[in-house]
Amino acid sequence: MSDGVYNFAYLDEQTKRMIRRAILKGVAIPGYQVPFASREMPMPYGWGTGGVQVTAACLVPEDVLKVIDQGADDTTNAVSIRKFFQRTANVAVTEATVEASVIQTRHRIPETPLVEGQILVYQVPIPEPLRFLEPRETETRKMHELEEYGLMHVKLYEDIARHGQIATAYDYPVKVEGRYVMDPSPIPKFDNPKLSGSAALQLFGAGREQRIYAVPPHTQVVSLDFDDHPFVASKADHDCDLCGAAVSYLDEVIIDDAGGRMFVCSDTDFCGGRRTAGHVGRLGGVAE
Amino acid sequence: MALEIPVRVAAEDAPLLVVRGLTKAYGPRIGCADVSFDLYPGEVLGVVGESGSGKSTLLSCLAGHLAPDAGEVIFETREGPRNTLTMSEPARRRLARTDWAYVHQTPRDGLRMGVSAGGNVGERLMAVGARHYGDIRDKAIDWLGRVEIAADRIDDRPAAFSGGMQQRLQIARNLVTGPRLVFMDEPTGGLDVSVQARLLDLLRGLVREMGLSAIIVTHDLAVVRLLADRLMVMKSGRVVEHGLTDQVLDDPQHGYTQLLVSSVLQV
Repeated sequence: MSDGVYNFAYLDEQTKRMIRRAILKGVAIPGYQVPFASREMPMPYGWGTGGVQVTAACLVPEDVLKVIDQGADDTTNAVSIRKFFQRTANVAVTEATVEASVIQTRHRIPETPLVEGQILVYQVPIPEPLRFLEPRETETRKMHELEEYGLMHVKLYEDIARHGQIATAYDYPVKVEGRYVMDPSPIPKFDNPKLSGSAALQLFGAGREQRIYAVPPHTQVVSLDFDDHPFVASKADHDCDLCGAAVSYLDEVIIDDAGGRMFVCSDTDFCGGRRTAGHVGRLGGVAE
Repeated sequence: MALEIPVRVAAEDAPLLVVRGLTKAYGPRIGCADVSFDLYPGEVLGVVGESGSGKSTLLSCLAGHLAPDAGEVIFETREGPRNTLTMSEPARRRLARTDWAYVHQTPRDGLRMGVSAGGNVGERLMAVGARHYGDIRDKAIDWLGRVEIAADRIDDRPAAFSGGMQQRLQIARNLVTGPRLVFMDEPTGGLDVSVQARLLDLLRGLVREMGLSAIIVTHDLAVVRLLADRLMVMKSGRVVEHGLTDQVLDDPQHGYTQLLVSSVLQV
């Protein structure tokens, strides 16, 4: 399928070297945002240019690639990035989490626990967790340097003052190994606990912002909270209507204009696997 | 019993802040030159002078916002006297959010306009490690009360406050961690006279009640007359007269001070 026009995985070797160097530095300093010379990619910013560059730098011909967008393998973003690497790197692709060696993701962590040797690549729109509280980049870098993270709690304070609880539902700030406060990319806070102690290597790429950061395997990641308002990994209070799973993150789907709705697993591979194994949810039989 | 008294390294009568030969030049122009003074605990020092006389430069150097070219600033920290100009930046910034406070002339500079009043007051508490929402909120409500802001305004943003309220909020935000030294840059500038009077009343009460030391930069002699124990008059970056407030204002010695005092309109 590779037409020989592109270098392996699109980027030239020197660029991949540069990105790998940034990744190594990120792994050495968990949670620290490493600047890198982000390249112009053949897709618009916001479509995962950072994640694509990190994936390109990690890929080897033997890799099996999985790409998900909001948990699904069949959405536009996932399909186009998967095709991109099929064409430029000619790597094997899969939709099964357990078969993949590299998983590029937008806004979800797969429900199936990751194992050693897997790499999870996140697409990050805004890597700076302090951005909306302190607009000056010089100042936020200084705050990271001096570990001045009081401001992060001001954001959570505002949430409770306004909504009565911590209403931040995604992009929920975390502290990595007791040092750097990190933006986990816009994953739902339901996924935050999976960041901690994961056996897989987790890499974060922000293309427009030109930052790479990492959470190495078995790294402690703690979600910030207050003593009297502890962190809660929330999800919709339902079971999946297709596979009946009670523990997976759900999408709400409006199915008619009379208030009808269904809840389905956002992780399509997880949901499909359960249905194949014979689990059936409330509406699972109807679709047959 | 001596055991119950918190350990203080310095004697009661040791100065809180010792400034020697502080000099800052902007290229060939002098910002402030060879400024020296001592500030004792509980004392309020007024710095007056016309625009461009180096008052704000001096304050910025003292508060660590500007790096002076020469001189030393020794602050009596909880671990003993330290030169704040040579201490590490983390240590200085820690000082700036615990033992020091800085009240800006314009409340917009000192407040987070996108954050509610409670969040503004709580920020310093959270910066020093407070992690209990209920406690932070109680303390914020307490402090809003002390600066005469109604408790039901706690979730309003500063943009919804009047200028005088914003300035009072800024003061609450600064004093909530119980600082020992407050830098004030024209705290009453831009406020109308009746609001000024209330703010001054409030400040005087807080300074006395908390035993604060303060350095107040202003060009308003009425402010220093009310608040300051001692007065320093600056002109062209230099201190031209220094003494007890009443003494300096009632019996000015230097020509410039005489001019300054006689320039005040008598109503």
